[in-house]
Amino acid sequence: MSNEEDLPEIEEPSQDVAENPPGDEPIPEAGPPVIEDEGVPPAEEDVREDDEDLRREVNRLSRRGFLSLAAAAGAGFASWKLLRTRTPEDGVAWPFRRGLEVNESLARAYFSPNRLSPQFRSSDVTKSRINGRIGLKSEIDPAAWRLRIEGTAVPVSLTLDDLRQFPRRTMTTELRCIEGWSIIVQWSGVRLADVMEKFPPLHPPSYVSVETPDRAYYVGLDLASALHPQSLLAFEMNGSPLAPLHGAPLRLAIPVKYGIKNIKRIGTIRFTNIRPPDFWGERGYDWYAGH
Amino acid sequence: MKLEKKHPLAIRWFHWINFPLLALMVWSGILIYWAYPAYIKLDQGTWRALKVNNRLAEGMALHFFFMWLFAGNGVLYVLYTLFSGEWRELVPRRDSLREAWQVLLHDLRIRKEPLPPRKFNGAQRIAYTAVIVMGLGSLITGLAIYKPVQFAWLTALLGGYAGARLLHFWLTVGYCAFFLVHVAQVVRAGWNNFRAMVIGYEVTK
Repeated sequence: MSNEEDLPEIEEPSQDVAENPPGDEPIPEAGPPVIEDEGVPPAEEDVREDDEDLRREVNRLSRRGFLSLAAAAGAGFASWKLLRTRTPEDGVAWPFRRGLEVNESLARAYFSPNRLSPQFRSSDVTKSRINGRIGLKSEIDPAAWRLRIEGTAVPVSLTLDDLRQFPRRTMTTELRCIEGWSIIVQWSGVRLADVMEKFPPLHPPSYVSVETPDRAYYVGLDLASALHPQSLLAFEMNGSPLAPLHGAPLRLAIPVKYGIKNIKRIGTIRFTNIRPPDFWGERGYDWYAGH
Repeated sequence: MKLEKKHPLAIRWFHWINFPLLALMVWSGILIYWAYPAYIKLDQGTWRALKVNNRLAEGMALHFFFMWLFAGNGVLYVLYTLFSGEWRELVPRRDSLREAWQVLLHDLRIRKEPLPPRKFNGAQRIAYTAVIVMGLGSLITGLAIYKPVQFAWLTALLGGYAGARLLHFWLTVGYCAFFLVHVAQVVRAGWNNFRAMVIGYEVTK
């Protein structure tokens, strides 16, 4: 069956009686409407009298069909290999990094500060969970601790009592870890937006960077998420001052982001126009990580 | 014997493109699921043997990339079936449930009568429509856990964040079950039937 291609397309079938198996098959085929399609054989002939012709036609179609499928499979596999082996950018092959960025731009275009993370009752609070100690390894002296704010006209340094002068906000929201689990936590603190209003950035920023005092952990936020009314600088959790492993003295509670952005033990907040580095964003995760 | 047109070219492409895309979505989903395997638990040795451990970031990057292709292929398929009229062959009819029961009895060798000689029997109509509805379900539950604040209403409708994640998971288990039954049925139905999904034509008596 090598070169039927050369043959003329198949002899005109003599459209006469079907000499189908004469046997005991009384059920007549309902009218055999063979539908034409995408320029596969000129199928004027619905019924192929000659088994040999039929066999050849099937072979021709099969060769064409299976070769197309194999070619598509090969192309698909090659594309997959190509995508996977591109130079990693922040821990993930760059085409997938571009993909995350496209998703980010869509999410940022759709984002609205009026859409809130659902609020729960205090009685809905679930058992707390410690997940992540990066940036918490050194001892800190709570009395000596200050929140530094950079990117303002003059650098700001605040104590916890200074922060308590802002309107106190309490919210009971879901903290969703990028691993997949979620817990309900009650946070008390002040809005990052209120603090930014009091200490305005020198230049209108696009981003906010938040870092632990030792700079071991750091998160980058887009401005809209930082200004969201539920983005709190929290000093209390479930009705008590923050425990050290929950980020004492001050942490970020930001339910429009995955847990990874809810940075504990804040040392510095910086307003910037350069997309700030993000600890997990540098390790293959979505920089935006937004909900 | 004659050659009879069975599957239009477009449907064959949608079908074969969907196969690797769904496989990638399931596999990258497993990479994500590993990080918090809440519903079906495996021991760490099994995860390691399957090489799906400690690959959460990779899984998410792949999942959120191929989701577009998976959704796009599915949407185009649905549009094609609508505009071509193929949906008439695929959507369950009034008698499909009864017929599906007969098909089940037949396949379990309980019932001897032959199956109706139609393109898709009732069981197939139900299965092929259900899997499309499941696909839509995966997109919706996926969106609910991807953006649970921007689409908080949707997440709430699906039983909250954890509820939507659970649904998303079980839909995936559903695809795997569909796949197993589908492949088993294709093997049973034989080469001529399988070949029709590649070349479009089936040899009929």
